[in-house]
Amino acid sequence: MKYIDEFRDGDLARQIGARIAAEAHPDRNYSFMEFCGGHTHAISRYGVLELLPPNVRMIHGPGCPVCVLPIGRIDLAIRLALERGAIVCTYGDTMRVPASDSLSLIKAKARGGDIRMVYSAADAMALARANPQCEVVFFAIGFETTTPPTALAIRDAAREGLANFSVLCCHVLTPSAITHILESPEVRQLGTVPIDGFIGPAHVSIVIGSAPYEHFAEEYRKPVVIAGFEPLDVMQAILMLVRQVNQGRAHVENEFTRAVTPEGNLKAQALVSEVFALRPSFEWRGLGEVPYSALKIREAFAAFDAERRFDLSYTPVADNKACECGAILRGVKKPTDCKIFGTVCTPENPVGSCMVSSEGACAAHYTYGRFRDIPIVATSATTEEVSP
Amino acid sequence: MRTEHDQAGAGEAPASKPVKKNYIRPLDIKHGRIDMGHGAGGKAAAQLIEELFLAAFDNPFLRQGDDGAVLALPAFDPAEGRLVMATDGHVISPLFFPGGDIGCLSVHGTVNDVAMSGAKPLYLSASFIIEEGFPLIDLQRIVQSMAAASREAGVPVVTGDTKVVEKGKGDGVFISTTGVGVLAPGVSISGRNARPGDVVLLSGTIGDHGVAVLSQRESLAFETTIESDTAALHTLVAAMLAAAPGAVRVLRDPTRGGLATTLNEVARQSGVGMLLQEAAIPVKPQVDAACELLGLDPLYVANEGKLIAVVAAEAAETVLAAMRAHPLGQDAARIGEVTADPHHFVQMATRFGGRRVVDWLSGEQLPRIC
Repeated sequence: MKYIDEFRDGDLARQIGARIAAEAHPDRNYSFMEFCGGHTHAISRYGVLELLPPNVRMIHGPGCPVCVLPIGRIDLAIRLALERGAIVCTYGDTMRVPASDSLSLIKAKARGGDIRMVYSAADAMALARANPQCEVVFFAIGFETTTPPTALAIRDAAREGLANFSVLCCHVLTPSAITHILESPEVRQLGTVPIDGFIGPAHVSIVIGSAPYEHFAEEYRKPVVIAGFEPLDVMQAILMLVRQVNQGRAHVENEFTRAVTPEGNLKAQALVSEVFALRPSFEWRGLGEVPYSALKIREAFAAFDAERRFDLSYTPVADNKACECGAILRGVKKPTDCKIFGTVCTPENPVGSCMVSSEGACAAHYTYGRFRDIPIVATSATTEEVSP
Repeated sequence: MRTEHDQAGAGEAPASKPVKKNYIRPLDIKHGRIDMGHGAGGKAAAQLIEELFLAAFDNPFLRQGDDGAVLALPAFDPAEGRLVMATDGHVISPLFFPGGDIGCLSVHGTVNDVAMSGAKPLYLSASFIIEEGFPLIDLQRIVQSMAAASREAGVPVVTGDTKVVEKGKGDGVFISTTGVGVLAPGVSISGRNARPGDVVLLSGTIGDHGVAVLSQRESLAFETTIESDTAALHTLVAAMLAAAPGAVRVLRDPTRGGLATTLNEVARQSGVGMLLQEAAIPVKPQVDAACELLGLDPLYVANEGKLIAVVAAEAAETVLAAMRAHPLGQDAARIGEVTADPHHFVQMATRFGGRRVVDWLSGEQLPRIC
């Protein structure tokens, strides 16, 4: 595939890996947080960690929109389907997120809720047009990447007077989450989470540009390298971060120049601000209430706001006590530090949100990397018998 | 008074020709739809069977019209051969897709299930559950495709059943097929037989069927040149077994759950691990691109005309050559090896240079949000 295979080239990967190993000072550790679940997924799926020297460590951040969706929000969507008879549409991997009463959207569907997986907000609108007798609610989640299509759907619905369509808006914002991480006691005071720099979001930055990250570089002295989601992008970004750390610099650099500009997509930004306004506070799963970290639908489009249309009130629901997703999302713990990882909590039976989406830190490690947790035993059987 | 017998004119008809039934008008295939009467066991049901199913599958066993088919088996002494039986339910949306439909799929699926034990498939049964209102013309298309697949495979449908369910209680047509076959003496193929050191072979590109079906889903509908790979694999199996007798230990067709799930099943059954080479696994660029777009992994996408084989290392090249010499195995490849692993991990050396687990599919493969 053109524009894809070039960024998955094994020979180039080994060359960059050798470069990182040569430039990383052996007497210090480097800890970088990849904020986006897309990066976490790429790192696990392509085995990027094995190409890094042991003193370069990656910390999985909270950038999976499915993982940070709090239970109470999924409960609202389930209630709309089961109690209010609405057709609830959402993106694929949202379907499995555990909610209250041992439910998830996929389980609520089995109980008779009309819940449908869609690929876009426009698909949800088409469903509303095709079912004029039903209320169709688009359960909108995601970071800045999926926000413009939701805004477009709301604006189009208003223009055509689509009376049976509304949006349960759970869109969240990347920069606020990064600020929250940097302000957390573990990073700021306790130093239990050393962060030397960030790999900045790819798709999000196509929309908002690289400029919003300048603040982190200047204020917190943390270098940020915006990178694409291909494994070579990630490796190149790690090399750029190692170089910044070695040179004592903290700048925003753009590895993803083929798609990201400093100002981003101004048209999309204008559309988003026409339809959405900032929420003063929003609960994130694992992070708790994060100020000014999410969007709500503006008054002018109130008719398309499911929260108002159905008079919904949000009730926070605590996570399972044994679940360490909160600490994992903040980089305080690794998936393997959680007692229920891989035993009670597996992709078949996810207890916490990090195990649900393949972009979640736990699911990525369980699915792709858990062989590393098991000490390699020098079995003569394996080595002798495998070689033909 | 004329009797019904006279009306039918059965006495005048020559024995070799089908009897003209004048008690019912022929099925209106073009405009007709299935109704509850077609499943009620009365005249309408008999007519449906005769004019549609019998006409398509026509063979001496079916023509006898009994509830069961009395079959001659080439071998019945266990020392001379053993009987293999497999059954499979087929539900698919949409019913028609590029390269096939539920009809040929229901033949290939069960023929392949029998063949994966190393047996020669002999006979099939077919059970249809049809939803009220289903157009007869679509049913005819399905049945004819099924009959063509059965003829091509040389495995006749010798008995069957038809039921009709109320509108809304089915999804067009569900087809269950059962197959029987015979296994030659000395052939022992099972998912339990993989041993460390064995070689894993794959008969061709993966993901074609799943992508062809997805491309027709109402919610996705993208244009592609990819056709389903649905095919009967028993002649390929026969060629492999003949090439290196005793060397093929495991055969599986990676259908639902794809290559990844099938290999995990074998690893668990045999109590071994596997190490695959990503670069060796054949995937058509169009399939790769469609999966990339949809956020799916071709390793988990369904196939209906491919098989994996675990083969003794010393015979791997011979079996591979036999596969490549067969039209259904032209793109066959050696994709990995069986390892000794108490955790039964299927691992993969990535093209990128890393290593990762290729895990079981968890639930349904759901696309990622970004």
